[in-house]
Amino acid sequence: MSEQKSGDAYFITIYIYGKKYEVPAGLTIMKSMEYSGYRLTRGCGCRGGVCGACSSIYRIKDNPKWHIGLACQTTAEDGMYVMQLPYVPAYRAMYDVNVTQCTDETILSLYPNLKRCMGCNTCTNSCPVGINVLGYVSALLRGDFETARHLSMECIMCGMCAARCPAELAPMNMAMMVRRLVGKKTQVNTAQFSERLKNIRAGKWTDEIHKYMGMDKVALQPIYKELQSSSKRVDV
Amino acid sequence: MAYPAMMMPSVQKANATRQARFQKAHPELTVEEKAKLLQDFHPDFNVKVKTPLRVGANEGDLAPMELAKLIEAPSRISPGEVNLDKPDYCTDILVIGTGGAGLSAAITAKARGANVLIATKLRSGDSNTIMAEGGIAAATDPDDSPAIHYVDTIIGGRGTNVVDLVEILVTEAPFILEWLCSLGVNFDRRADGSLFNHRPGGHSRRRSHSIMDLTGLEIMRVLSDEARNQEIPILEFSPAVELIMDDKGQCAGAVLKNLDNGKLLVVKSKVVIMATGGLGRIHPLGFPTSNHYGATADGIVMGYRTGAKLIYIESVQFHPTGTAWPEQLLGLLISEALRAQGAQVINCEGEMFAFNLETRDALAAAIIRECNARGKGVVTPAGIVGAWLDTPLIDMIHGPGTFERRFAGIYTRFMGYGINPKEEPILVYPTQHYQNGGMVITPKGETTVPNLYAAGEVSGGVHGQNRLGANSLLDIFVFGRRAGEAAAEHLSSVKQGKPTLEHLNAYNKALEKVGIATDVRSPMILPDYRFEKALTKITHMEAQ
Ligand SMILES: Cc1cc2nc3c(=O)[nH]c(=O)nc-3n(C[C@H](O)[C@H](O)[C@H](O)COP(=O)(O)OP(=O)(O)OC[C@H]3O[C@@H](n4cnc5c(N)ncnc54)[C@H](O)[C@@H]3O)c2cc1C
Repeated sequence: MSEQKSGDAYFITIYIYGKKYEVPAGLTIMKSMEYSGYRLTRGCGCRGGVCGACSSIYRIKDNPKWHIGLACQTTAEDGMYVMQLPYVPAYRAMYDVNVTQCTDETILSLYPNLKRCMGCNTCTNSCPVGINVLGYVSALLRGDFETARHLSMECIMCGMCAARCPAELAPMNMAMMVRRLVGKKTQVNTAQFSERLKNIRAGKWTDEIHKYMGMDKVALQPIYKELQSSSKRVDV
Repeated sequence: MAYPAMMMPSVQKANATRQARFQKAHPELTVEEKAKLLQDFHPDFNVKVKTPLRVGANEGDLAPMELAKLIEAPSRISPGEVNLDKPDYCTDILVIGTGGAGLSAAITAKARGANVLIATKLRSGDSNTIMAEGGIAAATDPDDSPAIHYVDTIIGGRGTNVVDLVEILVTEAPFILEWLCSLGVNFDRRADGSLFNHRPGGHSRRRSHSIMDLTGLEIMRVLSDEARNQEIPILEFSPAVELIMDDKGQCAGAVLKNLDNGKLLVVKSKVVIMATGGLGRIHPLGFPTSNHYGATADGIVMGYRTGAKLIYIESVQFHPTGTAWPEQLLGLLISEALRAQGAQVINCEGEMFAFNLETRDALAAAIIRECNARGKGVVTPAGIVGAWLDTPLIDMIHGPGTFERRFAGIYTRFMGYGINPKEEPILVYPTQHYQNGGMVITPKGETTVPNLYAAGEVSGGVHGQNRLGANSLLDIFVFGRRAGEAAAEHLSSVKQGKPTLEHLNAYNKALEKVGIATDVRSPMILPDYRFEKALTKITHMEAQ
């Protein structure tokens, strides 16, 4: 198929909300919808796979299996039935990042239905970016917050896990809170960083900057060259 | 799938020459070579694609054609449609846009006790900020300093930056990292607990701080979450379509459009903070773009009508490494961090033709030259020509597994099209990436219009005519927070007059006076990609 130019003779049939359209092969679901005349507002955002606005549910003709993918990242296929699910009314608990402690009790009191997880793995199967959702939900149940943080790092907050969870959990919102609370605890200033802040407050570089502010590009160029050559070429 | 047959010979050349190129670097451009390269091949220097504005505060200044068309157009609404006496919302501060600039302004203003309302075009969080992969700049290493960061920023900006803004930018940078950490942003750290950083093009030290290749996503998630915890109301799918003024010539709110039902909404506020971001989706000069769907220059257009002065709007940044294949991903950004980690840029013969850490403007021009004037680009079945970014070098330099770990997003994306960036190069071509110019601001974020503040990509001056990588994420938080703080402090001295949309009539008259007749109505709000327009093309003329 990669030999085929999109826009050429080769068309496929897709069903958008059940309605049949012919579109050039090779387009994403999003572009197929646009080619079919949709002007997207909901269901479209960054168009780069990170904003979580364009989750779509699809199935291929004669195959009962449902898939969830991002419309901006998933290539449309012949015989695809597709709908977008741009919003989920998922539960979210309020908390205070400066006060709330990251403990088993916190999670269970803010998200009591975490206990109802049946381990069915539907969440993982529903994630359009391939996150091991059940993995981090299990970690939350175990109180292993570092693992939960790590496993959920690529979450785009589309809510598909919540949309399909039979126990009505909102995994992405739990993970969001836990990542912040773990981050808050572990992101501590090193002595050297604190020293840097202190030095800036004390105005350590102010005079040097003011000197440079009085110089034009031509005068700064040799200084820049010098700085460039005193640094390492390729980063480690 | 993998690469189509017509591209394979060149893929093989790249693979065959890799060992010989390993640990070698192309010489850097001299100052003179760089100046000439930009002059000859950078789209910014091509006067044929720019036009002088005929009305308003920047009359006579050049703007890209596509932007001028929107600026020199009447409003989408007429004052008669709007009942200003019955506002739908009243607030102290209206923040327009939920990118990093808007959210940091809102959170900061709220913390100062102000009443804040946010209006945004699409789903909250949809923005250029959320897409940022590379990192955020701050002089944190012992061998670095705000003064060195200052020099790099000025040289990167070709000496055209507003220096007062740059001083603030570099000085406050490490404090922004501290602020983000305090909100629970999970920056990558080294084993000793220090912040991990890398060195993007044009910077002379390692100072770009990242969260895998999800820097913007992680920061945006946290800020959105915090805005919710702070109970700051957000009107989603409600773009601003015009600003409201008062009879004293001050900004006094905005008219929004509810995209779900088409209704206009009136927001009355003492201060407006414009944080609408960039303009990639107007496709300046016909280039593809790395920007999100809502990046359509609305803030510039609305602000200009109220008399806000702009700076450097002729200057558009093209990121040297936008995706050129597969066609579905055309324009999508390939982070500079890949070059920082050692990926070289090579032509169809597998030869290096530029140092991988040249500034963006120079490398973009070098790729345009290689692919067009020199005819050494790689031709794709879609007719797009590009250069290779030799990604397998990254694992060769840093050890197996590095690529997948550091660039998980890019890896998954390309593997989805059967291209394995650990084993074969990926094809790139410059893509519109950033609006260097924008509304003139003071260090407090004030525009030239009373009670109208601006922060982030919609503002201009900090970066001069060329922004360095990692400096924009920094800019939006430094000046987003400053605008929020200054606006909150300013509230008590605001004396509001009677709200009016008279400025729209006045603007129409000014257009008529110089004989501008057009069917265009602005701001654009959303690009139109329906039907044939869904098929991407590169239409830009080679800059000669
Ligand atoms: C793919 C990509 C990668 C990048 N990587 C980096 C990087 O690694 N480091 C770096 O420093 N910079 C990077 N940049 C640049 C940087 O991300 C942006 O310049 C910056 O985030 C802009 O922030 P902002 O808040 O000003 O605008 P945005 O984040 O774009 O937010 C603008 C907001 O305003 C809304 N809006 C627009 N018009 C209206 C309207 N009429 N009414 C209401 N709301 C409106 C938008 O929907 C959006 O929510 C990258 C940019 C892109 C596109």
